[in-house]
Amino acid sequence: MEKTDKAEFVYEYTRRRREFGRQTLFEDRNAELSVSIPSNPSMYKHYILRNPVNVSVENTKSMSEHWVNSVRAEYTSSGVNHVEGGWPKDININDPEATQRYRRKIEKDDAYIHAVMHLGHSMEHNILQNNAVDMYQIYYSELPSIPPVERSSCHTVNVYREPGANRRPIRSLSWQQDGARLATAHADICFTRNSRNLQLSYIWDIENANAPELTITPPQPLLDLQYNPRDQHILVGGLMNGQVGCWDMRRGGEVIALCPPHVAHRELTRNVLFINSKTGAEFFSASPDGVVKWWDTRNMSEPTDFMIIDPVKTNNDTQSVENALGISALEYEPTIPTRFMIGTETGLVVGGNRKGKTPLEKLPSKYEAHLGPVYSLQRNPTFLKNFLTVGDWTARVWSEDCRESSILWTHSHRTKLTDGAWNPIRFSLMLVSQWDGCLSCWDLLRRRTAPVVTAQLCDEPLLRVRPHEGGLLVACGSSKGTVYLAELSENLGTADKNDKQLLTHILERENKRERILEARLRELRLKMRQERDVGHPDGDSAPTDKDLEEAANEYSLMVQQLQEQQNNQDLG
Amino acid sequence: MCHYIYQTVWESATEVEETIKRIQAHKGVMGVVIVNHEGIPIKSSLDNATSVLYSGLIGQLTEKARNVVREMDSTNELTFLRVRSRRHEILIAPDREFILIVIQNTTD
Repeated sequence: MEKTDKAEFVYEYTRRRREFGRQTLFEDRNAELSVSIPSNPSMYKHYILRNPVNVSVENTKSMSEHWVNSVRAEYTSSGVNHVEGGWPKDININDPEATQRYRRKIEKDDAYIHAVMHLGHSMEHNILQNNAVDMYQIYYSELPSIPPVERSSCHTVNVYREPGANRRPIRSLSWQQDGARLATAHADICFTRNSRNLQLSYIWDIENANAPELTITPPQPLLDLQYNPRDQHILVGGLMNGQVGCWDMRRGGEVIALCPPHVAHRELTRNVLFINSKTGAEFFSASPDGVVKWWDTRNMSEPTDFMIIDPVKTNNDTQSVENALGISALEYEPTIPTRFMIGTETGLVVGGNRKGKTPLEKLPSKYEAHLGPVYSLQRNPTFLKNFLTVGDWTARVWSEDCRESSILWTHSHRTKLTDGAWNPIRFSLMLVSQWDGCLSCWDLLRRRTAPVVTAQLCDEPLLRVRPHEGGLLVACGSSKGTVYLAELSENLGTADKNDKQLLTHILERENKRERILEARLRELRLKMRQERDVGHPDGDSAPTDKDLEEAANEYSLMVQQLQEQQNNQDLG
Repeated sequence: MCHYIYQTVWESATEVEETIKRIQAHKGVMGVVIVNHEGIPIKSSLDNATSVLYSGLIGQLTEKARNVVREMDSTNELTFLRVRSRRHEILIAPDREFILIVIQNTTD
């Protein structure tokens, strides 16, 4: 009945039964031209270039003015001076006799008498109470006042925006040794990696956020740009095509030395770092192709040394580039000059020794740090045995003694963590940049379950974080090419004299705990292996028919019992 | 109310006087004022101007406090009010029709 209303919206499609529901049969056919529209030269004449072109653009904001006269609300203020109580109308309050008479009349009233008798009792109680004890005495006034609760904070003090309209993500930040300048490498790693337009990198004077002090013009986009800790004018950079280059600030933004492509990395050069050498001119670079190369800025025609990051099982195996692990993070500590550490794209952290002769000596230690790539790796500036890794939504602190597990870790975050660094002065403070634009500060001495401060610096993802050597300033690079200079509060950027001892205790305690767990786990594993080894000779491991029968019987018995129980319950 | 109908008026009147005198005799008591629900000071040990001032202001305050208590819980009732100040304490005992106000010096 209702459908008749909708009849006009129905489209009927009739077909005979035999014509539909058939299997489709495709067949190969040669290409055939459906339509061909040849160019018509005579039409060319009809094309003319429009000149001049008129395009109107409104540059200013459009404004309008409008007047409204709203209905007025009128207010008057009036007051009442209430001096005397509400006397009855027939009594003249200026006549003392009349008022007295009225009062006496009430005094004779039953209600009055009862009220006073009733109230007097409780009133007396309170008066006596007041006289007996000083109820409102202030206790503990002689105690010393508690020092104010310390306030941890982090706020942006300066913002350095990339000049130009197309902003590209920041790939690396590097502070000059004296801390007055900041080198930022910008690169947009798109899938096809064609970089037709020049992708510039900049050096900022931190006092001037209006324009960069120097513009670095690399032949290819820079993925890493690091200051030389010895010479504050020299920088090295890793390029997107695998080359490494060297810049001198005194000579401008043009590259002064560039390694030839045939000796360069086969993948993009993601990390470069200066090493502690006599000349102060040597550095090393790492790339996802799994090779670490050492270079000398004075002669860039070929690398001075290289090492393949292939953690082989025995000394007899040869390391091959084919099996090498892609490197995503690089760490070097100048006080342990022959050692270095790398984080791989497979989530490993591998310790390296440059002086090693055999493959096992070259890569002596291996930690399974993360499930995904290791985004950041840094040794603690004071406790060199401990290092920080960032990856798979967590930040972890490791001890070199403890191979199996990290000793401290954060909870898994809801947003990706992109980079992490230790504060150089307050060595217990970890700075972690997040994908949601937050900078979180984890102080191991204060709280290990949550960051002490989380500051939302911007809405776009933060990609890089580098603290200033003074400890109070932190540079954070975002995916829109902007550097946010954040300032930490005094308590997050300075260290007390007891802090070192306290952190030693914490790290030692956690290390001990992990090692106990590790030993226990090893014990369990050994036991399991022994049991398996003992079990095998008897041929007991494979379930026989008898076992299966027993199990089946046991199962059916249990089912029966349960059914009985249920029946009883139903009856009950 | 029915239980005190048996009391004779004259007997009770003297008892009231005695109660008030006893209250006044307590240590630190500076004044006693009894106010009716109209705000008229019925009995006062203070001078007229002061008792009028007290009865007006305290009457309003008591009414407000009574409303506060009743607003929070309609089954509840205000029974006593202490107003502590630096100089003295005002003890206010409210009844349905009358308010007994005592000003007590508690500084010593």
